[in-house]
Amino acid sequence: MAIDRRDNSRYKTFTRRAMILGGAQAAAFVALGGRMYYLQIMKTDEYRMLSEENRINVRLLAPLRGAIVDRFGTVLASNRQNYRAVLVAEQTPDIEDTLHKLARIVEITPDSRRKIMRDVARAPRFMPVVVAENLSWEQFAQINVNEPDLPGVQPDVGETRYYPFSTELAHVVGYVTPVYQKDLDKAPDEPLLKLPGFRIGKSGIEQKYDMPLRGIAGASHVEVNAFGRVIRELSKDKGKPGAEVVLTLDMEVQKFACERLKDESASAVVMDVHTGEVISFVSTPAFDPNQFNTGYGAAAYKALLDNPYLPLTNKALAGLYPPGSTFKTVTAIAALEAGIDPSRTVTCTGKYAFGNHLFHCWKKEGHGNMNMHDGIKHSCDIYFYDVARRVGIDAIEKVAKDFGLGQTYNFDISGEKAGIVPSRAWKRAVTGESWQQGETLISGIGQGFLLTSPLQLAVLAARIANDGYAVTPHLIRAIGGELVARKPAPKIDVNPEWLKIVQGGMNGVSNEPGGTAFRSRITQVGMELAGKTGSAQVRRISMAERLGGVRKNDALEWRLRDHALFICFAPVANPQYAMSLVIEHGGSGSGAAAPAARDIMLKALTRNAARQEASMPPHDHGHGHEHDVEEG
Amino acid sequence: MFDLRRFTGREMTIGEKLLEFNWGFLLLLTVIACIGFAMLYSVADGSFSPWAMKQMIRFAAGAALMIVVALVDLRLWMRVAYPMYAVALGLVAAVDFVGFKGMGAQRWLDLGVIQLQPSEVMKVAILLALARYFHGLALDEVSRIRNLIIPVLLIVVPVGLVVVQPDLGTAILLTISGGAIFFAAGLAWRYFIVTGLAVLGAIPIIWERLHDYQRDRVFTFLDPERDPLGAGYHILQSKIALGSGGLFGKGFMQGSQAHLNFLPEKQTDFIFTMLGEELGFIGGVTLLAFYCVALVFSINVSLQCRNQFGRLLSLGVSVSFFFYVFINTAMVMGLLPVVGVPLPLVSYGGTAMLSLMFAFGLLMSCYIHRNLEIGRGSSSSLWM
Repeated sequence: MAIDRRDNSRYKTFTRRAMILGGAQAAAFVALGGRMYYLQIMKTDEYRMLSEENRINVRLLAPLRGAIVDRFGTVLASNRQNYRAVLVAEQTPDIEDTLHKLARIVEITPDSRRKIMRDVARAPRFMPVVVAENLSWEQFAQINVNEPDLPGVQPDVGETRYYPFSTELAHVVGYVTPVYQKDLDKAPDEPLLKLPGFRIGKSGIEQKYDMPLRGIAGASHVEVNAFGRVIRELSKDKGKPGAEVVLTLDMEVQKFACERLKDESASAVVMDVHTGEVISFVSTPAFDPNQFNTGYGAAAYKALLDNPYLPLTNKALAGLYPPGSTFKTVTAIAALEAGIDPSRTVTCTGKYAFGNHLFHCWKKEGHGNMNMHDGIKHSCDIYFYDVARRVGIDAIEKVAKDFGLGQTYNFDISGEKAGIVPSRAWKRAVTGESWQQGETLISGIGQGFLLTSPLQLAVLAARIANDGYAVTPHLIRAIGGELVARKPAPKIDVNPEWLKIVQGGMNGVSNEPGGTAFRSRITQVGMELAGKTGSAQVRRISMAERLGGVRKNDALEWRLRDHALFICFAPVANPQYAMSLVIEHGGSGSGAAAPAARDIMLKALTRNAARQEASMPPHDHGHGHEHDVEEG
Repeated sequence: MFDLRRFTGREMTIGEKLLEFNWGFLLLLTVIACIGFAMLYSVADGSFSPWAMKQMIRFAAGAALMIVVALVDLRLWMRVAYPMYAVALGLVAAVDFVGFKGMGAQRWLDLGVIQLQPSEVMKVAILLALARYFHGLALDEVSRIRNLIIPVLLIVVPVGLVVVQPDLGTAILLTISGGAIFFAAGLAWRYFIVTGLAVLGAIPIIWERLHDYQRDRVFTFLDPERDPLGAGYHILQSKIALGSGGLFGKGFMQGSQAHLNFLPEKQTDFIFTMLGEELGFIGGVTLLAFYCVALVFSINVSLQCRNQFGRLLSLGVSVSFFFYVFINTAMVMGLLPVVGVPLPLVSYGGTAMLSLMFAFGLLMSCYIHRNLEIGRGSSSSLWM
């Protein structure tokens, strides 16, 4: 009994259209299911990874920087607690006000205030930002006590580098600085550098051995929420602290040498003639490496830059000086190699005519008849003019290079300078002019083009003293408990007999009356040293001055005085240490350099017993070469 | 099925109606709602407050409302269709003038005791009004233009009022469910084709009038990686959460994306994502299957109805229910732009729950009164 027949037609239409809608809905559900299948089954690995990346945050833990110690374990560089204050922005209602209150306890300059506000703006609000560092214990305690009045400020202890010996090792150990943009540019993928408070080695051992000293960063895997706040720690890898670096230095000798040279612009290197271990490495004056930790103050740094004694320059390594008469040892070896009889004499009248030039001896009235021994002992210029002329510059160059001059040794501190050992080829290459015979003469007494560093002069002395082994200097004894293996020094192609003669001449310098350093001899039996003085002229002496009498160094202003040099080895009978010492504008080698060298060498020798004892185990590793045994 | 009324010609009693009530359907809705409670419990890190408990109370109230609405005679609903629509329209208009802003849009009306979202009321009222209107038209009358002016206005006026709030999601849903009734009533295909073309032509104009955030959503939808930390962040994190759930999920209350706050709005619009992350593909498909069953039932109701009003009303309810589910899930899966549409029965929200249960009550009323034949005449003749 349909109320309306026409309802049938619209019911049919309705049914058809309802089925269409139903079908469309079914299709839509299939699409949804397919999409879920795609996301949750096909792509699940990818999304699971993204989800883990979201969730897990790796936080680096800075490793403790390795200590640097001397051969006896005396700490030369360590980490010290750095009392500091950090600010957590979300814990203070008013950052400006909190800083204002904090400024009553620690100084906050407008500059550092700006930096703090910038750091706060960059970091999430729950991240602590360092507001004050290197606080004194009093300041630190005051912050602790006043914490309730300083909302958001928390006392905190970080690590900072500490150099207990300050200036005495500034040029050896070097220093660390905060990480600057250019350091980041050099190693953009090193995440350690981005840690707040991380320090990077910028000079000396700290720089050259920065990597082992740094250690391996630890990591803490933490779960974070979408805002970066840590929810919990999932795992922690403590990392590995930096390796301890043991130096060959003997801090007692180092301290003594620094004290002895503290008023001079000087440098000294003491090294073992057999192993090349550097016992003392001094360049005075120096700077305070501790200050670089936080950045040297502008005024203090400018004072360093303006100091004529060049405290920022490592003179033992990078100071280049004419070797002066110390070079006569090289000329002597070259002469002997060339077949010149050491007993042959040259008569010194104080003058030596060559071509149309007149060459002078330092002793105006002359030395009389000089053989090689006497020539070295008295440092007679005329004798060496004569032999140098006879052997020629190229033979001298060969010996100079064999004995370590004019080269670098890949030393454990960066900044070595090769200096100059001239030859005919060198002059032509550099100046384009041909070699003058007169230049051979002045090269024979260590002047002219020759330039050497104190480190090279110490190596020269060592190679003479060890009867001709090409020992090279080094400062590193062990890294992370592992002794650094060294190859035995190769033999130099030279007749050891000739070296005995030169050693004898140097013995004469120090231990025979009339020797240029006789007054600075070591009188303790068995510790006697053999040396060679040198005075490197830094100005031209005009003919007029020579006629009127050469002015004494004392009469000259400091910067015009001669450099005073001395090389030596000891004990004479069984050489153990070689040494070089240079006092800039010190006057003369015999007057200024030799006495200081004597004192330092004596200190090194008296410390010898202790050193030998402490070194016993490492020396089992064959650091000496067979030469030791022969002499034994 | 034996139909008492057909032979006796008398009205059903309340008891008969309660027997006719499809309790299985209410059970199905309860199961779906329970999934929602569980997810809300998880969102709160294992706590019934602040969401799960409130939602349970609302669902209980909604179920009661559904039963009451279902028992009301379908002819009464037909009679009040226009008045209800008028009231709803008035409320929607009132929001534009006196409502306060929530979530950046003006949608809420403070009635003193409860805060009412009139657009939710309108979603139900528009179905009633359109079903009522088309009930009175024979098939050959439906496609006459002069008969279309009123129903088109019935849709356009509230949609226009909602759009300016601005609430694009509701506007779209109103349009779609209204359109579905036009379609089911038998409106000629050509109107849909012409309208479709007109919409395409109007897209540039609509684009001009969209708010920046709405445009951003469209851009973001087209290329979520465009700005992974900005506008694309939500949809990207939603996909990561779903995808990382895998087949079985990370486990109940173990969703790292949800619990570490990478997921936005996870108690409301993104609750399906959280379910997918914690219960996996299995959990998500199961929920979708429940929705499917509910939809099959509601379409079936409309096919069984012996009166056009009931057919159109129940179909309208099922279509809008479907679109809620589809738009929400497709959005969180990255198939549609982000539109503020909750997942029915599962997302946290009071007004939406009540209006949905009200609509299901109407659906059930259609089911209970499916054998009632109602003449096309005026509403005054509805009572015998």
